[in-house]
Amino acid sequence: MPAAPSIAVDKLRIRRGGCVVLDEISLSVASGRVTGLLGPSGSGKTTLMRAIVGVQIVESGSITVLGEPAGTPPLRWKVGYMTQNPAVYGDLTVRENLHYFARILAAAPENVDEVLEMVNMTAFGDRVVNRLSGGQRARVSLATALIGKPQLLVLDEPTVGLDPVLRRDLWRTFNDLAGQGKTLLVSSHVMDEADHCHDLLLLREGQLVATGTPADVRAKSGRQDLDEAFLALINEEVV
Amino acid sequence: MSFRATFATARRVLNQLRRDPRTIALMLLVPVVLVFLLEQLFADNRVVFQRIGGPLLGLFPLIAMFLVTSITMLRERVSGTLERLMALPLAKLDILAGYGLAFALVAALQATLVSAVAFGFLGLHTQGPSWAVVLLAIANAILGMALGLFVSAFARTEFQAIQFMPAFILPQILLCGLFTPRSQMAGWMHVLSDLLPFTYAYDALHRATALGTFDGRFALDLTVTVGVTVLALALGASTLRRRSG
Repeated sequence: MPAAPSIAVDKLRIRRGGCVVLDEISLSVASGRVTGLLGPSGSGKTTLMRAIVGVQIVESGSITVLGEPAGTPPLRWKVGYMTQNPAVYGDLTVRENLHYFARILAAAPENVDEVLEMVNMTAFGDRVVNRLSGGQRARVSLATALIGKPQLLVLDEPTVGLDPVLRRDLWRTFNDLAGQGKTLLVSSHVMDEADHCHDLLLLREGQLVATGTPADVRAKSGRQDLDEAFLALINEEVV
Repeated sequence: MSFRATFATARRVLNQLRRDPRTIALMLLVPVVLVFLLEQLFADNRVVFQRIGGPLLGLFPLIAMFLVTSITMLRERVSGTLERLMALPLAKLDILAGYGLAFALVAALQATLVSAVAFGFLGLHTQGPSWAVVLLAIANAILGMALGLFVSAFARTEFQAIQFMPAFILPQILLCGLFTPRSQMAGWMHVLSDLLPFTYAYDALHRATALGTFDGRFALDLTVTVGVTVLALALGASTLRRRSG
């Protein structure tokens, strides 16, 4: 029996800098699953995620997150957000960053060690963030999203710039979290990551071109390779 | 607003400062060196040093906090950490109060150090008690912080934020009565001087140091200083937006 969706977007329209970035899109994200938000850069993925966490000005339409309108105060406890550019304090150590976010969320200090382990950064806890590589910084940013053990995770390109082994590990972690009943919305512009997701949302120029499981997408496009399937769907003229 | 989030923010800001010992050293030592230079400059004219030395003790923290706050807040806006904080259970007031708390602590340290040197080694005398100077210096530091926070919303880059110092602070120093008594200013300058917050901050310091009079005018000075601080904080808070375009 399918549970109520964690995210329900209805006729969402967003304008940024005079251009329509999302044009009346409607979608839903199922609870307890990993949903991949895919699309070329500039397709509106980040804007959609910003709207879901409630930091984006919306022109029209509605977004319901965990049963409440997006951006309402109670949701700030329940939704973990990882921004596309690492939003951490470069002049602090990894642990100092995590402790700050933990304190804001009234999370147990033990969570710090736990999330460091999850993102494979235990060895770097006492390093100053500015001295880390880009991929390591991204993992610290991911750890700050996980620290409050949120019910819903909105992760904007969490695997970008990571090596294949780390990427595989992270996708495993995401699937484990979904196994524990958490909902994840994960964006990526790398199509071959789609197979790690339960459900897919394919965005192109502010419009939804395909939704469904990876199998659905393969069937719809008639291609076995997801990369090719997406290219086919993206290049298809939307009538 | 929550004490937990406010204290967490204050602690985070202090940690950031702690990781930057050069800034701490500059913030603490530059005022001391400047007061020493001033004392040497007026070695033959002690009256001038006695007149402007006291008020300057209170104005240094204001300038330092204005600079530090406008830059750190700009960094929060540009680096995306502010957007991240806005998606967390943290009131805008928690951020502002956290910054205020952390910087007030630094300002107290700065004011105490420069006052100790000025009163202890450089022979500066004040009519009022010296702790009054330190307290006024802290109040001014918070005013500087509030103003810095507000103007940071109008800067896109750190270069612009730095330029707000001469644009925003220098005219106020020129017109506050430190260089020329306000009674000798041309009419329009006097009116302009009446409208600037530094005038009141300076006057309070002048009364506490040179005159030792804590009268009705002193109370007005304090009221204006605190009032402008609250106003700037409120305006600063209104520039922290949960949602942006």
